[in-house]
Amino acid sequence: MSEPTTYEEALPLWLRPFATLGDQLLYLLTDFGRMGIFLTSAIIGLFRHPFRFRELIKQLNFIGTGSIAVIFFTALSSGMVLGLQGYYSLHKFGAEGMLGSAVSLTLIMELGPVLTALMVTGRAGSAMCAEIGIMRISEQIDALECMAIDPFRYLISPKFLAALISVPLLTALFDVVGIFGGYLAGVKLMGVNAGAFFSGMEQSVTNHDIRLGVIKSFVFALLLVWICTGRGYFVQQIRGAGFGAESVSKVTTQAVVLSSISVLIFDYLITAVLL
Amino acid sequence: MSTKQPQDPIAIEFDHVYKSFGERARRHTVLNDISFTIPRGLTTVIAGGSGQGKSVTLKLILGLLYPDSGRVLVDGINVPSLSKRELRRLRTRFGVLFQGSALFDSLTVFENVALPLRERTRLSEEEIRARVMETLEQLELRGHEEKFPAQLSGGMKKRVGLARALQLEPEIVLFDEPTTGLDPIMTQEIYQLFERLQKKLGYTAVIVSHDIPGVFDLADQIILLNHGEVDVFNDVNEIVHSKKQYIREFAKMTMGDLFARS
Repeated sequence: MSEPTTYEEALPLWLRPFATLGDQLLYLLTDFGRMGIFLTSAIIGLFRHPFRFRELIKQLNFIGTGSIAVIFFTALSSGMVLGLQGYYSLHKFGAEGMLGSAVSLTLIMELGPVLTALMVTGRAGSAMCAEIGIMRISEQIDALECMAIDPFRYLISPKFLAALISVPLLTALFDVVGIFGGYLAGVKLMGVNAGAFFSGMEQSVTNHDIRLGVIKSFVFALLLVWICTGRGYFVQQIRGAGFGAESVSKVTTQAVVLSSISVLIFDYLITAVLL
Repeated sequence: MSTKQPQDPIAIEFDHVYKSFGERARRHTVLNDISFTIPRGLTTVIAGGSGQGKSVTLKLILGLLYPDSGRVLVDGINVPSLSKRELRRLRTRFGVLFQGSALFDSLTVFENVALPLRERTRLSEEEIRARVMETLEQLELRGHEEKFPAQLSGGMKKRVGLARALQLEPEIVLFDEPTTGLDPIMTQEIYQLFERLQKKLGYTAVIVSHDIPGVFDLADQIILLNHGEVDVFNDVNEIVHSKKQYIREFAKMTMGDLFARS
């Protein structure tokens, strides 16, 4: 019989699943740990001098301005679908007058923050992850550290701040355009009374609902920028990612999937706690 | 933390350093109880085959990796025991030329070279421009300052990387495989440039390379890494006439013609 080559092979057969499980758990813990340290360093980096104002503007332009078109069309189409669907459902009960409140509440509390975060993850999050991943594998981040330049202050923190500023603003845009889409479909196409649409909205939407939407958009912004930049930063430490260009592509996919799932999970958690 | 006089003839010292990678049984020992010293103001070449821990040695000096045990001393200061802040201060004394040059893709040649000055000094834009242009002139890069790294040849990238590494007037310059991917003529040019600059600026140079025996011409000291072991030589003849069988075999394999001549 050949010599065991791995730790698992040296164990009796019945113990091996435990070893694998423990191994996975340890990896998960390490991963959470490094992502936690990453988040702390990125936040500290925000307060380090000199702050890179021009980089912040560049990132605002990329994450914010660059996402306006995609947010506009997503919002318009989902608002119009909401208007149509809402109309058909409410029509059955003769409650078309509630359409304005249904559309606006759904958008402000749920769809606005969630869909904005998902669209920004897909458009800007993936790009940030790939950019940082490539900088990592081509030793550009090591080069920064060797020049005694904090990579967080220089590279990561401006992205954090830009996302925290842009995503809530994009969410607000999403809400407005979405409500306009609902108005187009409900009032202009299906003939719901415009006064009823807007007065229903005004009466049902409270400050609390808006605050909930805003809190969500901030949390989602933090989640998506944290996960996307963090995965890129640790591209070489992620198990199963491989090496070189392949690792960047795999980790980018992983970052988009992970941040989308976390947005959806946190959506539920925040709603459950704050509603 | 003990600090020696900066005039100590030893710039860098490895003291019983172990370093391994991988988890548990898959663990692979790269450096096995390594001890050597690197003299100040001279050129030391660290040579060895692929995967023998040459780049790891550089990363240990820079504090980008930590040894499993042992001490890595720079001017008598143990690098692994430094805090982040102290490490950052120590790194300002290093210049590093990376294997792939590690230039920032999104910055021009000028911006790349100016980066350490802009970020680490309080010089005015005019002073920075003057200094960068002077270095670019020295390295024959004048006229390329507005190009992006992707528009440069391999040899030019190396020179830009070197220009960037030298901006903060480092005491120790580390070169990671400086001639990988260059043709023999370019390699010779780069070596001549290294020699000229080292003589002029007087820094301690540590060159990691597998370009054997070409790189030995530059060396005041040669450190051979082989299967986690280390051997130190003063010149190439010592390698060829080594008493150790595996060193002679290594010499025969890597520099057959030179070996035949001796």
